[in-house]
Amino acid sequence: MLTLHCPNCGIQADETELAPGGEAHLKRYGPGSSDDEFHSYLFTRENPRGPHFERWRHAAGCGKWFLAARDTVTLEVYGTYPAQTLEPPQDIKDAITAKHPGWQWREFS
Amino acid sequence: MRSYSAFAVAREAARYHMGWERAWASPEPKKKYEVIIIGAGGHGLATAYYLGKNFGITNVAVIEKGWLGGGNTGRNTTIIRSNYLQDPSAAIYEKARSLYETMSQDLNYNVMFSPRGVMMLAQTQHEIRGYQRTAHANALQGVTTEWISPGRVKELVPIINLDGPRYPVLGALWQARAGTARHDAVAWGYARACSDMGMHVIQKCEVTGVRQEGGKVTGVTTTRGDIGCDKLGIVVAGHSGHVADMAGFRLPVESVALQALVSEPIKPCMDVVVMANTVHGYMSQSDKGEMVIGGGADGYNNYTQRGSFHHIEETVRALVETFPMISRLKMLRQWGGIVDMTGDRSPILSKTPLEGCFINCGWGTGGFKAIPGSGWGMAELMAKGQSPLTDAFSLDRFKEGRFIDESVAAGVAH
Repeated sequence: MLTLHCPNCGIQADETELAPGGEAHLKRYGPGSSDDEFHSYLFTRENPRGPHFERWRHAAGCGKWFLAARDTVTLEVYGTYPAQTLEPPQDIKDAITAKHPGWQWREFS
Repeated sequence: MRSYSAFAVAREAARYHMGWERAWASPEPKKKYEVIIIGAGGHGLATAYYLGKNFGITNVAVIEKGWLGGGNTGRNTTIIRSNYLQDPSAAIYEKARSLYETMSQDLNYNVMFSPRGVMMLAQTQHEIRGYQRTAHANALQGVTTEWISPGRVKELVPIINLDGPRYPVLGALWQARAGTARHDAVAWGYARACSDMGMHVIQKCEVTGVRQEGGKVTGVTTTRGDIGCDKLGIVVAGHSGHVADMAGFRLPVESVALQALVSEPIKPCMDVVVMANTVHGYMSQSDKGEMVIGGGADGYNNYTQRGSFHHIEETVRALVETFPMISRLKMLRQWGGIVDMTGDRSPILSKTPLEGCFINCGWGTGGFKAIPGSGWGMAELMAKGQSPLTDAFSLDRFKEGRFIDESVAAGVAH
């Protein structure tokens, strides 16, 4: 079973007490944006075969959101970090690079 | 190619079955084909077959990184139905269902289509309204379905428990001409027919890149060398996002794991397919006697072809209430497949931003039932540039807000 460390309450949470929330670090677009921008925000996803940054909610625990870096091929978890983070912390990026030299991710800002 | 028949079985029986020939050839890839289809699953092979049969295009290669039909074609629960709410879905799924009826004769390959009927249980007031609406929509679409009472449900499925405390059976949407087929045989039958038309079915050949020149596709790079083509069809289900990335565009698709399991074989006890969408479970009995059970998809991205065990527990727990007699059954096997989910839970059959490159993906949890219809429409799209079956399923519908919103209509068991 997938277990993730909840950075909010500090416990190792089982998959059954977590609710997945889809890709993290999406760039949000508001009123006045173009069709293409809304399309990318609402529908297109990275869906990588490899490291994936994603949102999780500790639904049956503290109830709070956090982010995780998880590998969709090996199911390895590179780390979790607070939802208020704009881009993955350097130590998680380093852990991914160590496993996947040259792995590219998109701009987060 | 020698055709299969009762006479052929008798002839081979008389000579120790030494005369059977291989069902399809395994040729070396040529330098160039008119059309390359990536993915030798049901949808890819059906696309190739109808390109040849309906449009006379036989200079075709179907390339596959693993083995033929080893992805979701061999991992589904073999259900075929067309009781969808929206018109474009009803059209393509009903085309598929009707092609399944004559597929064994058409391909000269027994796909064991069994029109045993599919029953979708209504277990909440919301589902009653939803399925009655679907039955009315189907009447207008020319798809034969009916709303049936709990009494009729019990007649058709004597092992069902109508009065479950949590999930009572309040009625059902019944499609008598829906059913099941032998999933591997569908891939094998198409592969044999394609090979017979001179097409190349190339297994163990992984695509590692898509070659293009001036915005137009020119071929693919593979683990067995470069292969050129005029037109490229990407029909790779869960790995669509990965291949689309090679071709330089992104998709509104996410890949998740969907699981199924089978029980030990038991005597015949249920001769229809029953789906219970409220509890995320569906069940039918195979010819071998195994109860074939499917459940819900995981909620997070996954490429591992195995899912979370707690989903199985949820599915089985709920089905035991509706079918108390399965509570002592042992489960024999469990497996997972990677399904490609779109934003509106409907497929994408479309041109792409790369000229000459077409994509067929996003069938999510319900691709097997659509195989012949999908291939029929995709072949027309690739040959003529448009098709009445696929026009509504174009890639730009998300940007334009033209959703084909079946997630509400069909629930989980798509």
